[in-house]
Amino acid sequence: MALKQNDAFHDPQIARHLAERITQTSRGPVRFMEVCGTHTVSIFRSGIRSLLPETIALLSGPGCPVCVTAQTEIDAFIALAREPETIVATFGDLLRVPGSGSSLQREKAAGADVRIVYSTFDAVNLASQNPDKRVVFLGVGFETTAPTVAAAILAAHQQKLDNFCVVSAHKTVPPALEALADGEINIDGFLLPGHVSVVIGLDAYRPFFETHRVPCVVAGFEPADLLQGIAMLVDQVESRQPALENAYPRVVSAAGNPKAMAVMNEVFETVDADWRGIGTIPKSGLAIRESYAAFDAVKVFDLQLKPVPEPKGCACGAVLTGLKIPPQCPLYKTVCNPMAPVGPCMVSSEGTCAAYYRYHGDG
Amino acid sequence: MKSDKILLDHGSGGKMSHRLTANLLLPAFDNPALAMLDDGATLHLPGGRIAFSTDTYVVDPIFFPGGSIGDLAINGTVNDVAMCGATPLYLSVGMIIEEGFPMADLERVVAQMGRAARLAGVTVVTGDTKVVPKGAADKIFINTAGIGTIDENVNVSGANARPGDTVILSGTMADHGMTILTQREGLAFDSDVKSDSAPLNHMVADIFGTGCDIHVLRDPTRGGVGTTLNEIADQSKAGIRIDEDRLPVRPAVSGICELLGFDPLYVANEGKLLALVPADQAGRVLAAIQQSPYGKDACIIGEVTDDHPGRVFMRTRIGGERIVDMLTGEQLPRIC
Repeated sequence: MALKQNDAFHDPQIARHLAERITQTSRGPVRFMEVCGTHTVSIFRSGIRSLLPETIALLSGPGCPVCVTAQTEIDAFIALAREPETIVATFGDLLRVPGSGSSLQREKAAGADVRIVYSTFDAVNLASQNPDKRVVFLGVGFETTAPTVAAAILAAHQQKLDNFCVVSAHKTVPPALEALADGEINIDGFLLPGHVSVVIGLDAYRPFFETHRVPCVVAGFEPADLLQGIAMLVDQVESRQPALENAYPRVVSAAGNPKAMAVMNEVFETVDADWRGIGTIPKSGLAIRESYAAFDAVKVFDLQLKPVPEPKGCACGAVLTGLKIPPQCPLYKTVCNPMAPVGPCMVSSEGTCAAYYRYHGDG
Repeated sequence: MKSDKILLDHGSGGKMSHRLTANLLLPAFDNPALAMLDDGATLHLPGGRIAFSTDTYVVDPIFFPGGSIGDLAINGTVNDVAMCGATPLYLSVGMIIEEGFPMADLERVVAQMGRAARLAGVTVVTGDTKVVPKGAADKIFINTAGIGTIDENVNVSGANARPGDTVILSGTMADHGMTILTQREGLAFDSDVKSDSAPLNHMVADIFGTGCDIHVLRDPTRGGVGTTLNEIADQSKAGIRIDEDRLPVRPAVSGICELLGFDPLYVANEGKLLALVPADQAGRVLAAIQQSPYGKDACIIGEVTDDHPGRVFMRTRIGGERIVDMLTGEQLPRIC
C-alpha cells in the first residue's frame, strides 16, 4: 500500500501557475459544478476558492452519497436497527444522519447493534462470525462503492451465508447529470468525479455530453488535479468549444474498469431512484437482481419504504442542485449545524453545508 | 490459590483486596506515602500556587503499539498538570476493573503505570480499586488525578495568546489517534504507526529553563491540534494562522488519514504540546523542545494575528486560505 501523498499534485508552483492561467483566461462569469462530494471537500480544504478569479463560481452538486439518500431510506435504515437479533453494519457517515424521528447513532445509544465497518467484506465476516444474528449492510454510494458491495454479495452467496443481506440505496452519476442539465439552473461546465470515472470510464459520459454539449472534465482530487480540471473547463468555455475531456488520465481510462462493471451488473439492475431534494431520477438507482433476492434486505425484512416529507425549511435539495449555496438556506447556522444537523448536507463529512460550515467561515 | 482472573472479591475491601494492594500495587508504585495505607496521603508541598488536574482513561484496546492504558493514565495527567506551567509531583490512581479481567493484564497495566510514573518523576501516593460485575465496565477504566507546584513567575493560560506570538508544535500530529483506530477491530492495516504517549513535564521544565516568556502551553489530545488552537483563539480573542506545509505528520499516518477520510489536525495526540511564545524568543524555546527526547520533530507551525479574532485559519500548501474550525463530534470514516 502506497501511503505517501502524491506531492507533485500539491506542488505550490504548479498550483499557482494553474491558478494564474485560469485568472488570465477566464473572462465572462461562469458557473461550474463539481459533482463529487470529495471534490467539494478537497476544494475547500486546499483553499482553491480563494485563488480563483471572481468570474468563476463553483457550485457543489449531488455527489455526496449520504446527502442524496432519501429520507424514506434513512427511516428504513433506522427501522432495521430496531429489528431484534439484527446487526446493522454501515459506513461511518450514515451514523448521525437524522431520519424523521431518530438516527442510527441514537438507536445505537438505545441498545441497537450498529457497527461501523470500513469495507462491505467486514460485514460479510460479521455475518459468518454471528450465525445466530442477521447482518444487514446499508449500501449507500455511487459506482465507486457499488462494485465492492456487489462483490461482497457474491462472496456471501459463495459462502452460502443465509444471514447476510444488503439494503441497496446505490445511485449512479450519469442520470443525475441529465437531471441537472434539464433543471432550472444553467451550468457552464461540469467537473466530473474522479473515483466514479475510474469504474465507469470517460465514455460513460459520452451520451450525456452529445445531448447537452456542455463542457465536461473528469478531474482528480489533489489541488493541482482540480485546478487543471477547472483550467480545462475555462479553456472550453472561452473558446466556445465544449468537449468531454479527461484531466485524470493516470487512473481514468475511456472504458473504465470492465471487471468492476461486470460484477456490479451481475448483482444489480438499474431502477428509478429517489434522490433527496431532487425527486425521482429515471434509471439512476441500483437494485439487487431477483437472482440474488436472498441478499436483498428489502425482501428479507419486507421493508416498507413509505414516502415521508423532508424537514421543513431545509434547502438540501436546492443546495444539491446548485440552486442555492448553504448560507442562503434559512436554517444554515441558525438551527442547522454539525452538532444538530437538520439535513444530511450538514452531517456528512462530504456534504456541502458541512464543508461551508467548517472551511468557509462566515462567508 | 492465586486467581488468574479478577474476581468481585478483589474489590470487596477484604483479604483479597488487601492481597492485591500489597502484592501488586505497593511494589509497582513503591513509596512511603502510599505504603502508610491510610485513608489518604499526607504530603508536604512548598508554598505558593498549586495545579490540580484529573482525567479518566477508557481507551480500547488497552494495549497498543507505543503504550497502554497504564502509561496513558500516568502521562495524561502528568501532562495536564505540566500544561498549567506546574511541576507535577503527586498522583492518585483509581481503577474500575471488570470482573473476569485477566490478572496478567492487570499486572502488565500496573507495571507500565509504575514505569511511567518513575520516568516522569512523579509519585503515586493514593489509590482505589473497585471491581464491577462482568459487563458493567469494559475491561478496565482508570482515573488519575495529579497535583504540582507552580513557580512564582509562571503565568500560562489559553487566554494569554497575543498577536505576534509564534506557535510551536513539539512534533508530529495524529500518531496516537490513528494508532488506536488501526488497532480496532476490522481495520487490518499493516503499518508501523505507534502512539506518541509520553510525559512532557521534563520538556516543560526545559522550556521554562530558557527564561523565555511563555504565554500558552497546551497538549492537543482529544480533538487534536485543530481543536486546541480553536480553544486558544477563542480564550485569547485573537486569530491564529497556521501554514499547511509546516504541519508535521508522519507519511504513514498521513496515508491512513487520507484513506479513511480523517484530518490529522483533528486526531488525538498523547505526547505533544503547543507552545505560544513571543516571536523574538521562539528560536530559543524551539531549540529547548528539540533537545527533549520527545521533541525532535518540533517546529513552528504558525503565528497569532490581529485579524480573524477568535478564529483559526490556514494558509494552504498551494497558497490559498481557509478556516480551520473546531471538531464537532467524533470523526467518522467516510464512504468514498
